[in-house]
Amino acid sequence: MAVISYIEAVKMAIREEMERDPRVFVLGEDVGRKGGVFKATEGLYETFGEDRVIDAPLAESAIAGVAIGAALYGMRPVAEMQFADFIFPAVNQILSEAARIRYRSNNDWTCPVVIRAPYGGGVHGALYHSQSVEAVFANQPGLKIVMPSTPYDVKGLLKAAIRDEDPVLFFEHKKAYRLIKGEVPDDDYILPIGKADVKREGEDVTVITYGLCVHLALEAAKRVEKDGISVHLLDLRTVYPLDKKAVVDAAAKTGKVLLVTEDNKEGSVMSEVAAVIAEHGLFELDAPIWRLAGPDVPAMPFAPPMEKYFMMSADKIEKAIRDLAEF
Amino acid sequence: MSPEEIKMPQLGESVTEGTVVKWLVEEGEKVEKYQPLAEIMTDKVTAEIPSTSEGMVKKILVPEDETVPVGTVLCLLERIDERKKTISPQEPAAGEERNGKTKKARYSPAVLKLSREYGIDLNEVKGTGAGGRITRKDVLNFIVEKRKPAGTEGKRSDSGFIPDKAEKEGKKVRPFAAAQNREDTVIPVTGIRKAIAENMVRSYAEIPHAWMMVEADVTELVAFRNSVKEEFIAKEGFNLTYFPFFIKAVAQALKEFPQLNSTWYGNEIIQKKEINISVAVASEDALYVPVIKRADEKTIKGIAKELADFAIKAKDGAFSVEEMQGGTFTVNNTGTFGSVLSRGIINYPQAAILQVEKITKRPVVINGMIAIRDIVHLCLSIDHRILDGLISGRFLQRVKEILENMRADKTNLY
Repeated sequence: MAVISYIEAVKMAIREEMERDPRVFVLGEDVGRKGGVFKATEGLYETFGEDRVIDAPLAESAIAGVAIGAALYGMRPVAEMQFADFIFPAVNQILSEAARIRYRSNNDWTCPVVIRAPYGGGVHGALYHSQSVEAVFANQPGLKIVMPSTPYDVKGLLKAAIRDEDPVLFFEHKKAYRLIKGEVPDDDYILPIGKADVKREGEDVTVITYGLCVHLALEAAKRVEKDGISVHLLDLRTVYPLDKKAVVDAAAKTGKVLLVTEDNKEGSVMSEVAAVIAEHGLFELDAPIWRLAGPDVPAMPFAPPMEKYFMMSADKIEKAIRDLAEF
Repeated sequence: MSPEEIKMPQLGESVTEGTVVKWLVEEGEKVEKYQPLAEIMTDKVTAEIPSTSEGMVKKILVPEDETVPVGTVLCLLERIDERKKTISPQEPAAGEERNGKTKKARYSPAVLKLSREYGIDLNEVKGTGAGGRITRKDVLNFIVEKRKPAGTEGKRSDSGFIPDKAEKEGKKVRPFAAAQNREDTVIPVTGIRKAIAENMVRSYAEIPHAWMMVEADVTELVAFRNSVKEEFIAKEGFNLTYFPFFIKAVAQALKEFPQLNSTWYGNEIIQKKEINISVAVASEDALYVPVIKRADEKTIKGIAKELADFAIKAKDGAFSVEEMQGGTFTVNNTGTFGSVLSRGIINYPQAAILQVEKITKRPVVINGMIAIRDIVHLCLSIDHRILDGLISGRFLQRVKEILENMRADKTNLY
């Protein structure tokens, strides 16, 4: 099994799906000749040509709109937002059309579109190149939001997203692109959307998170292990709709829950996770549910010390785990 | 500071009054908190009234053997001022100690749940959490510790955090794992359900139940009722079921066997004069036991009318306390659920309960020949302290006899 990076897993999944299914095509800003600003679509233009790898104008609303229209007509578009921060002009298309069409047409129409977008900070991108946007979409029935943490999950979930009959937002942490590497099988496998994954078994503190933060939490778990604190780690993988059973089970495992997200704290995906635990797992709790998240200021400052202050880190998670273990 | 009032407590849902049996303290006597002040008796239970605080009995207001309504002030208590003791400036430590105590006494939901499941006294558990808080892990460790046979203690890991192997294995087999299943629905026990549970437990725990059954041939009764039921509903506006016939028969038999219409009262058995038949009326989630008062004086139609009213009220749970009180014997219509055999739990504090099962057509031998007859099982649970097999058997035989003689030419509906 080859060890590849997070972004190579993205590339591999798209390429395999384009080879498997002629209805799959990609579109977005600079995805063609340039191969994407992060090189997620590198080489696809050469292999599949300009009909299936489309360089779009700087108009996210049009990218989403074209992709949604094509999906309604039976194609399998994989649209790219160059940065998740740029998705906002396309919000109306995504919410009012893609997310609603199955319900609105009483199942006559489905919209099998995938919209990929790199999110997150820690790359000195400042405002407009660092935000987490999942909470904006995470209460829209009809949508699915996948945010994988490992190259293995990326490949399996992106393939599942492309084959899904309904719209999927696929958010990739841009700092993870080249930082995170892992073993990825060459064969064709898919992972279920809507299922969380236990990344580590433990007894003392449960950490629930997703995306890049999974790796920060794993690092923190390794550090506290030396002092006899064992961490149970649940990777949500799909942040909407939530895998509620997995969330409550993970909380019940230790009774002490730390929820971690890089997003602003108030109204984040983790606020909903906390509510699920409070609603269904109260009598398993041994401590208040803690959320560790970004401050409630716009993401993300440009000055390096300020960015570091905003960003989630293994240090922050480690401290919170220790405090919670002691509670 | 005004004296504290000690009132007649409400012992049981439907209790409205109580009798002071005996005063255990005198006026002017110093009492501790929780010290019994008096013995009281209600028509359900005898109990002691504890003092609500430390103090001195100032005045006794209700003499012995007097019956007063719930809420009546029984005596006045002069409290010893606790605030003076705890927050006087001379003793600054008292406040701190109290803070320490409240911290330890605040338990997390998980800790409370575990301690209840395993019947653990949390005072025995040592807390290792912040400020000495008892954590879930402390309780789990305590459970494992308690279950370990003596002599294996030395093997336990000293670390507060790393559970040793035995503990981990221990956790896997404990029933807690099953109770944790997320698929399960947890229904809080409240209201009627809680009252039912308490009554059942009390009855089953206190009363030594014995059980017997007879078969009655009600072919004639079935024929009679079928012949009049159409006319009856047209005339009266409600159904004529078999149940009023059974209640009538039981009420009549009770008149002849008052031993079954009685209550165990410690040193005495009280035979009730009134024959008030409790009947169980079930709704989807609750069980009501309204009472047909003086059933022996009522006609079959009169009983049928009350039953019809009960059925309507059960739907909305609209029974008044009045209607649920005063039962002396219970007749339970288990046959409506299709049951042909059941063992009732006595409706505390009555002496017996009769279950009327489903009437079924059965081959029976009459005078050496086989015939198809309508047979019903009558199952009787008795309080064996009050009743013995002989008298209960005679009573059942009598009920059977009355039922077998219910027929068009002998029985009057009105």
